[in-house]
Amino acid sequence: MQYEAPETTKAAVGLLAKAKGSAYVLAGGSDLLVRMKGGFVEPDLVVDIKRIKPMREIKKTASGFVIGAAVSCAEMNENKALVKAWPGVVEAAGLIGSKQVQSRCTVAGNLCNASPAADSVPALVAAGAKALIQGPKGKRKLPVEQVAVGPGKNALKKGELIEAIELPARKDRSGDAYLRFIPRTEMDIAVVSAGVNLRLDKKGVITEARVALGAVAPTVVLVAAAAKAVIGTKLDEAALAKLGEAASAACKPIDDKRGTIEFRTKVAAVLAKRAAEIAYKRAGGK
Amino acid sequence: MASESTMAHPFEDAPNHVTPTVIHDPILSKTDFRSVGTRPLRPDGLDKVTGRARYGADFNMPGQLVGLVLRSPHAHAKIKKIDTSKAEKLPGVKAVVTAADLPDHTGGDQSMYDILENCMARGVAKYDGHAVAAVAAVDAPTARKALKLIKVDYEVLPHVTDVDEAVKPNAPLVNPRMLTEGVEPKPKKASNIAKRTEFGHGDVDAGFKEADVIVTRSFRTEQTHQGYIEPHACVASVSPDGTGELWVCTQGHFVYRNHCAMLLGMDVSKLRVTSSEIGGGFGGKTHVWAEPVALALSRKANRPVKVTMTREEVFRASGPTSASSIDVKIGARKDGAIVAADATLRFTCGPYYGMWAELGSMTAFACYDLKNVRTVGYEVLVNRPKTAAYRAPSAPMAAFAVESVMDELAHKIGMNAVDFRIKNAAKQGTRASYGPVYGPIGIGATLEAAKKHPHMKAPLGKNQGRGMACGFWFNFGGQTCTDINVGPDGSVTLTVGTVDVGGSRASIALCVAEELGVPYEQVKCIVADTGTLGHNDMTDGSRGTFSSSMAGIFAARNAITVLRERAARMWEIPVEHVTWEDGHAKAVGEKYGNLAPLSLKEIAAAAGNTGGPIAGHSEIVADGAGVSFATHIADVEVDPETGRSKIVRYTVIQDAGKAVHPAYVEGQYQGGAAQGIGWALNEEYIYGKDGRLQNPGFLDYRIPVCSDLPMIDTQILEIPNPNHPYGVRGVGETSIVPPLAAIANAMSNAFGVRMTHVPMSPPRVLKALEAAKKA
Repeated sequence: MQYEAPETTKAAVGLLAKAKGSAYVLAGGSDLLVRMKGGFVEPDLVVDIKRIKPMREIKKTASGFVIGAAVSCAEMNENKALVKAWPGVVEAAGLIGSKQVQSRCTVAGNLCNASPAADSVPALVAAGAKALIQGPKGKRKLPVEQVAVGPGKNALKKGELIEAIELPARKDRSGDAYLRFIPRTEMDIAVVSAGVNLRLDKKGVITEARVALGAVAPTVVLVAAAAKAVIGTKLDEAALAKLGEAASAACKPIDDKRGTIEFRTKVAAVLAKRAAEIAYKRAGGK
Repeated sequence: MASESTMAHPFEDAPNHVTPTVIHDPILSKTDFRSVGTRPLRPDGLDKVTGRARYGADFNMPGQLVGLVLRSPHAHAKIKKIDTSKAEKLPGVKAVVTAADLPDHTGGDQSMYDILENCMARGVAKYDGHAVAAVAAVDAPTARKALKLIKVDYEVLPHVTDVDEAVKPNAPLVNPRMLTEGVEPKPKKASNIAKRTEFGHGDVDAGFKEADVIVTRSFRTEQTHQGYIEPHACVASVSPDGTGELWVCTQGHFVYRNHCAMLLGMDVSKLRVTSSEIGGGFGGKTHVWAEPVALALSRKANRPVKVTMTREEVFRASGPTSASSIDVKIGARKDGAIVAADATLRFTCGPYYGMWAELGSMTAFACYDLKNVRTVGYEVLVNRPKTAAYRAPSAPMAAFAVESVMDELAHKIGMNAVDFRIKNAAKQGTRASYGPVYGPIGIGATLEAAKKHPHMKAPLGKNQGRGMACGFWFNFGGQTCTDINVGPDGSVTLTVGTVDVGGSRASIALCVAEELGVPYEQVKCIVADTGTLGHNDMTDGSRGTFSSSMAGIFAARNAITVLRERAARMWEIPVEHVTWEDGHAKAVGEKYGNLAPLSLKEIAAAAGNTGGPIAGHSEIVADGAGVSFATHIADVEVDPETGRSKIVRYTVIQDAGKAVHPAYVEGQYQGGAAQGIGWALNEEYIYGKDGRLQNPGFLDYRIPVCSDLPMIDTQILEIPNPNHPYGVRGVGETSIVPPLAAIANAMSNAFGVRMTHVPMSPPRVLKALEAAKKA
C-alpha cells in the first residue's frame, strides 16, 4: 500500500488520477481505517488530505461558509460563527460517534462514505449545502443530496475529491435543526433522522423550507412534499400533521438490524415534526 | 457443561447449602470485625488505570507466532473437504491445523467431546462462526493471507436458529442423533430437544382449582452476550518434550488446564496455566475456545503462538446466553395467597447439550413459598454458538416471565405488588421449588426494605412508570485451595487459585487480615498459576470471595497454629499456654502471663531458628454457599411517539450475608443491574434468514453506554450465612436477575402495556403502545 500526504489539492488530484488499483482519500479516517482494519478494503493508494492547508480551514465569506474537507466535526463545533448560523448542521456533525471520533471525522468524509444513515448529511441537505469537487478536469459544484447515489456509492469520478463543503449565508428569520433516533444516548448510528431548515416572514409564516430524511431510503432524501406542507403556515397542528404524513410517505426503508420499515416510517414523521418545531423557534417563530 | 467425570456440576452442593445445621463453633459466628467491612483501595486499581496491568493479549514470548482461526460462514454445513496445501506453502506460515490435528482423547466423555468439536468443527460446521481451521504465521498479514488460501468445500445444510422453530416437529435437525433425555420411554426419533427436566412439589392441577384468579402468559427473550470488554486472548507454548505453558484470560485457569490437557492428550501436570488480569468474564470465560487451538498450533509449529479473538469472533463464536421461550401460569386466591404455579421453559443451548432450561426451571419460583409448583425445562438445540454461562445463567429470563405474571396477578386481585410478594415470600424452612429447604434467607428482608425505601414513594414525572421485581441465585462453593506464606519481615503472601473477576483479592485479603489480626496492608493476595496450588474450581457461581475467603481463613488458622508453636519455642513454654490475639502470640496462665506478647513480625524474624518458614495451607470443598435474593425498583420513562425508554432511577436491594468490602459489593450490584438494563432494553443477537449473525459488534449489539444509565442506588442487607466463618454469601450474580421484569413492570404501570418480548426495544414498545391505543 502506498501512502501519500500531498500539500496541495492539485497534487492530491494528480495522485488519485494516476492511481492504479484502488485509491482512497483519507481525512479523519473514522470510516476508512475501520474498514481497512476489518479487512473490508485493501487500498493500493491512500491519499491523506490533512496536510492540504485550505482543507483544514473554515472560511466565512459573503456568500456563507466554506468548510474544508479535512476540518473535523469537533472543529466545526468550536467555530462560533458557524454554530450561530447553522446550529442544525453543527449539531448533526457533533452527534457522529464519540468525542474521540468527532475530533477526527469530517462532514465531507461523512458525505463521501454515502451511508443513508450519515448524521451530518440530512442537515447539510436541508441547509442547501454544496460540495466543491476538484478533479482532473477542473472543479465542479454538486448539491450535497446528489453526492451519494446509493449505499456506499458516491458520484465522484476517478481522480475527483471533495475540497470543501459550502454552506449558504444565513438568511434573516431562518433556522435549522437536526434530530436522529437512536435507542441509546450516544455512540450509535441513526435508525432514522430528519434535518429541517425554515425561513419565516415577519409574521412568522414559513416562506421557505427544506426537509431531509436519513436512513429511510438508499440515500438521504430531500422531501419536497414535506416542505410544501409547511410553507405558508405558522407550523400549526394541521401543518405539522401534514408534514408528518409527507415525511412518512417519502420513506422507502428496509427492515434491518437497526429498525423495521414500520418503525422507521412512523418515527420519520415524529422527528420531522420535532425538528421543524426547533427550526421554527430558531428562526424566531413563536 | 462438562460431565461429572471432568467437571463438577456447578451447583452440585445446591441441596447442601440449605442444610439447616448451623455450626455452633464460637469462631464461626464472628460479628465484631476490624478489617472486614472496610473499603480499602483496590490492590489492582493503580496498575489498571495506568495500563500496567497485564491482560490476556499482553503476554509475549520470543519467537511468538500469530494464530488466526478460519470460521464457517454458514449456519449449518457439511465440511466435505479442507485443502490447506496452498496456505501451508505460503512463506511465513509455520503451522495449519484442522480437526485432524486435534484427535479425540475424550474417551467417550460426551461433554468433553462437545467442547472439542466446538473448538474445531469435525465434519460439520454447526453455526455461523464455528472454527474449521487455524493458521500460525510470523505476522498477522501473512496469517490473514493464509486463511484466504485455505479452501473449504461446504455442503450447506438446512439450519434453524429460532427457539420456537427448533422445537417444531419438522424443524431441521441440528444433531441428527439427539434423542431427548429425561423422557420415558426414551424417544426413538431424533429432535432438537436434548433434555427434559422437571422440578416441583404438590399437586399443581388441584391447586389451580382453588384459585380465584389465574394469569397465564407466554414470554420470549432474545439471546444476549456477556459483553466483556476484553476479547479472549492467550499465548500457548508447547515444547517438544511434551510440556506446555498457557497464558490466558480466563475465569478458571485450573479448569482450562484440565480441559486443554485432556483435549491435547497431555498430563494435567505437564501443562502450566497462568491467568491474566481479566477485562470482564461474567461466565463467558468459563469455556475453552481458542486455547486448545493455540496449543495445537504451537505443538505443530514448535513455536509460541498467540491467538486473540476480534470482537466479531467473540460475538460469533464464544458463548452467549440462551434465547428463551417461556409459558407461565400462576393462580392465587383473593386474599393474595398463591395456590399453584406452573412454568414451561425452552432455552437454546447452541448445537450441543446444555443445562440452561434446567437452571431456569430451578430458579423460576425460588423466591416464593409455594405448596403446588411445577417447572418443566427443555434444552433446545439451534445453529447458534454453544451457550455458556452468563451471570446467574438462565435466572434473568425465568424471572422476567415469573415476575411479570406476579405483577399482573397482584394487579388483578387488587394488591400492592410488594405486599403480594411479601405474603408469598419464601422464608427459613420453606421447601424451595427446586427441592431443598432454605436456611436463613433474605427475600423477605429485601422486600420489606423495598417497601420502606424512599424510592418507592418518590414522585414520578410525565410518561414515567415504576416497577419492581425479585431475583434469586443459588451461589456456589466448590473446590478451593489456598496458601498463606509469612515473609521474613512478617508480611503475608496470600496465594489463591480463584481468578479475581470482581474484587476477590481485596476481599480475601481483608478476611485473612481479620483472622490473623494484622492490618490489611500487611497481606498481599496473588492469584497463582496452576503449578502452585491444588485444583481450584472456576470463579463462577459467585464463589470467588465466598470460597477462597473460607479457605483463606482456614489457612490463616493453620498458620496461627504454627505461629503459636514458634512463639512457644521462643519462650520455651508449652504451646497450650500460647494464644493468638490481635496479631500477637500471648502467653497465658499464672506462670507465663508476664511475658510480653510476640508480634507476627517478631515471630517471623526468628523463624530461621524456630523451625523454618511459616505457612498455612487449606484445601476444601467450600460447601454451604448461602442462597442470594434481591429486590429491584426501576423508574422508566418512555417516549410514547418513538417507544424509546430511559431508566431515570434504579435501586438494588440485596442480601450480602456479610459485605467484606462494601464498595466492591455495591459495584457488583450496580454492574449486574447495568447488564440487566441493557438486556431488557436493547441487547439481542439478530440472525438473518441465512442463519448468519447480523450484528457481531458493539455498534449494533447495543450494550448501554455510560450516559444511558442513572447512578444505580444500592442497599446492602446482611443476613449472615451460617456456613461461612464470617457469614459471607456470594454477591456477584443475583443483581442481573430482576431488571428485565422490573423494567417490564414499570412500563406496564406507566402505560398499561404488558411487554412479553425482551429486549423491549423501541420498535417493539412502539408497536405495543399503538396496539394498546387501538384496543
